[in-house]
Amino acid sequence: MTSTESLIDRRQMAYIAAQASDARLNVELETEGMTLNIGPQHPATHGTLRIIARLDGEQVVWAEPSCGYMHRGYEKLTEVRTYPQVTTLVNRIDWLGSFANEVPFILAAEKLMGIEAPPRAQWIRTILFELSRIANVSLFLGDLGVQMGAITPVFMAFRDREYVLNLIEGATGGRFHPNFDRIGGLKDDLPAGFIDETRAVMKKLRTFCDEIENLLFGNEIFQSRMRGIGVIPKDVALQYGLSGANLRASGVDWDLRRDQSLPMAWDKVDWKVWTHPDGDAFARCWVRLQETREATMIVDQLLDSIPSGPVMAKVPRIIKVPEGEAWVSTENPLGEMGYYVVSKGDLGPFRTKIRSASFNNISVVPWVLKGVYVPDIITILASLYFILGDIDR
Amino acid sequence: MSSDAPVAEIPGDTLRERIVDDLRAQIGDALVDSLVKPGDDVWVRVRPDAWLATGRALRHAMGFDYFCFLSAVDWMPSPYGKGEDDPTEPPPERDDTIRQGYAGGETRFQMLARVTHPTLHVGVNVKCDLDDAHPVVESWISVYAGANWHERETHEMFGIGFDGHPDLRNMYLPTDFEGHPLRKDFPLLARMVKPWPGIVDVEPLPGGDDEEGDGE
Amino acid sequence: MGLVDRGRLPKPLNSLLNLGRSYSMWVYQWGLACCAIEMGAAFGSPRYDVMRLGVIPLPASPRQADLVVISGTVTDKMAPAIKRLYEQMPDPKYVISMGSCANCGGPYWDSYSVTKGVDQIVPVDVYVPGCPPRPEALLEGVVLLQQRIRNEDMGARWRGEGSKPIVVQDRASVKKGEPSVV
Repeated sequence: MTSTESLIDRRQMAYIAAQASDARLNVELETEGMTLNIGPQHPATHGTLRIIARLDGEQVVWAEPSCGYMHRGYEKLTEVRTYPQVTTLVNRIDWLGSFANEVPFILAAEKLMGIEAPPRAQWIRTILFELSRIANVSLFLGDLGVQMGAITPVFMAFRDREYVLNLIEGATGGRFHPNFDRIGGLKDDLPAGFIDETRAVMKKLRTFCDEIENLLFGNEIFQSRMRGIGVIPKDVALQYGLSGANLRASGVDWDLRRDQSLPMAWDKVDWKVWTHPDGDAFARCWVRLQETREATMIVDQLLDSIPSGPVMAKVPRIIKVPEGEAWVSTENPLGEMGYYVVSKGDLGPFRTKIRSASFNNISVVPWVLKGVYVPDIITILASLYFILGDIDR
Repeated sequence: MSSDAPVAEIPGDTLRERIVDDLRAQIGDALVDSLVKPGDDVWVRVRPDAWLATGRALRHAMGFDYFCFLSAVDWMPSPYGKGEDDPTEPPPERDDTIRQGYAGGETRFQMLARVTHPTLHVGVNVKCDLDDAHPVVESWISVYAGANWHERETHEMFGIGFDGHPDLRNMYLPTDFEGHPLRKDFPLLARMVKPWPGIVDVEPLPGGDDEEGDGE
Repeated sequence: MGLVDRGRLPKPLNSLLNLGRSYSMWVYQWGLACCAIEMGAAFGSPRYDVMRLGVIPLPASPRQADLVVISGTVTDKMAPAIKRLYEQMPDPKYVISMGSCANCGGPYWDSYSVTKGVDQIVPVDVYVPGCPPRPEALLEGVVLLQQRIRNEDMGARWRGEGSKPIVVQDRASVKKGEPSVV
C-alpha cells in the first residue's frame, strides 16, 4: 500500500469514526426523521437539480437527486438533424464550455469520414477548447465562494470571464454558443490581433487564479468546510465513472488530453496533469484551480507555435458520412465527454449516444451524501461541479 | 462486418487483440463476435445470458475498472424517416431492413456499453442482442455501481428491463409519460405537424456543382 | 387597493405610484439553462450592473418579487413549478421571457419534452429574443418594461385589459407614444 492510499484510509477512518460517534448520539437523542426537498430551483444547485434528502436530525440518511427538469432529448433530436446541424444542438449541453462540446462530435464524424483537419485548424481548436475550459472553470471558482458563503469571488469571476468571452466572441462571433467547428476544420481563421490580446488576457486570468487561491483556498473557514468532506475513494470513483477533476482528485492520474491520441495539439506542448491524493471536496476544487492555470499556459504555448496554412480540409459540400460506428471522447471542462456515433451512410447520424460527464459525476451523489450533515450537502454538490444540461441532456 | 480481415492486414494492435483473447478465455463461447480496429477501438458481442458474466470478467479479471456508459441501440430504421414527410400525401416507401453495426447482431435492440482500463487507457465496447418481444437483460449494478442511473435511463428511453435493478423509476420524464422516446417508432409529433425550413442544408449555387466544393 | 382595481386613482397619484414601481423592481431570477448564465452576467456582474437601473435582483423568494425573468428551456416537467411560482408572486407582477427556448422552444422546437414557449403557462410581458441574448438585450428588456410601467394605467391592468407584450428590438411591439430605448 502506498503512502497516499494509507493517507486516504486514515482520513476516511477518522471521518467515519467521527460520524459513528455522532450517529450514536443521534440514537440517544432519538431525533425524528424528516424529508428535506432542495430545488428544483435553488441558488445553490446551478440550475434545476432537485435533491430529496431524508434527514435524521442534521444528518442525511438517504439522498437522491431528481433529474429531468432540463431534459431536452438531444439523442433523439440528433437523429433528425444533419451532421452540420448537430453541432448547433450539442453546443448547448454544457453551456459554460460550449466549444468543447462540439469538438468530440466533429472528431467522431471526421473519424468516420477518414479526414483530418489541417494543422492550423487543430491548433485553433485546441486554443478555443482551452479558452472554453477557462471560461467554464473560472465561473465555477467564483460560484464556489458563493456556495461557501463568500460573495466576492463571483464578481471577480464574472469580471475576468468577460475577457475570455470577448476573445471567444472575437474569434467565433458568439459569446456562448460559437458553433464554429466544421467537419474538416473551422469556419474561419483567427481575427487580426487575436494572439496578442489572448496573451494579455491569459496574464489576467493567471492573476485571477492567484487571487482566488489567496482569497478562498488559503482561507481557514473555507478549508475547514472543505477538507475531509465528501471523500470519494479511488475504486468508487472509477466504478461510478467519475471523470475529469473529480477523478484526478481521487488520485487517478488520467487525463484524456494526454492519454489518447487525437488530432489536436495537446501533445505538441508541455504541460502537467494535476492530481490530488485526498479525494475530498477540497481536493476536487484545488485540482480545478490548478487546471485553469495550466490551461492558460497551454494557450500561451500554443499561441507561440501556431502553424500557418489553411483552416479547412477538402470536404464535399454536402456531407455524407460513410457507414460505421465511432467513439470519440475528450477531456472537457467537466470531465469525459464522448459521442458514440452510429452512421448509416446518411446525411445525419442514425444514433448518437452522448456520454456527458456530469451525468456520471452526479450519479455518485446518493453514495457520497449518505451520512453527511446538511451544510455539507451544498459543499459536496459544489465540489462535484455539474451543469444541469450536462446531466439531463 | 467480419472480424478477422482488417486485423490480419495491419499488425501492431496486439493490445486490443489481447483484450478479445482474454475475454474469450474468461467467458468462453459466450463471446459471439468481435471486431478490432487497430489503433482505434474494439467491439465485442456477447450472448445475452452472459451479459453479467462479461461485466464481471471485464472488471474483476481484466481490470476494466472505469465505467464509461451503458445504453442501447434500436437498429430498426425509423418508419417516419426524419419526420419531414408531407402529411397530406401517402407515406413514401422506405427501406426497413434491419442492418446491425460492428460485431454483427440478429435482433432489433442491442445493448451497448463501454468500459475502460484506467492505466492502459483502452476501452472496449460491449454489445449484446436482446429479445425483441421481451427485451430484458441482467443488471450490471453488482459489478459497476455507476450502471444504476444508466440502466434507469435505458429503461426509460428504450423500454428495456433490467433483472436485479432495485428501482427502475423514470429518470427524466414525468411518470405518466407514454412511450419510449429513443425507440425508432416513437414519432416526433412537432415535426409531423409542421415541416421545417431547414431540410435543405446547403442550397445549390446557381451554376455551381453540388457534390464537390472547395471547402469554404 | 380598492381604488386601484376600480381604476379610480387620481392621475398625479397614479403617476407617482408608477414612478415608484418602475424604479424599485425586485426581480426574481428563474434561471433554467444557458440564458441563466447571461442573466447572471447581467444581474450579478460588475460590468453590466443592473442596480443602476433601479432593479434589485436579490429577493429571497418569489413572494417578494415584482418581476420574474424566466431564462432558459422550459420542460414539461418544469412547467408546473413555473406556474406555481407565478401564482406565489404578489400582484402587480411582470414576466420577462428570456431566450428563444422560453419564447418558443428555440432549437428544441421538435423535442418531445420541451414546452414550446413559456407563454403557454404564464402571461409574458417582455420577450427577449436570442440564443442566448446578450446581457445588454436583457437590460433593454428591463428598461422597456420600466418605461411601460411608468405610463401604465393600473386599473386597466387589473381588469386584464393589458397591452400587447413587448418584443425587444422590435419597434412595432412598443406602443405609439411610449418612449423606447434602442
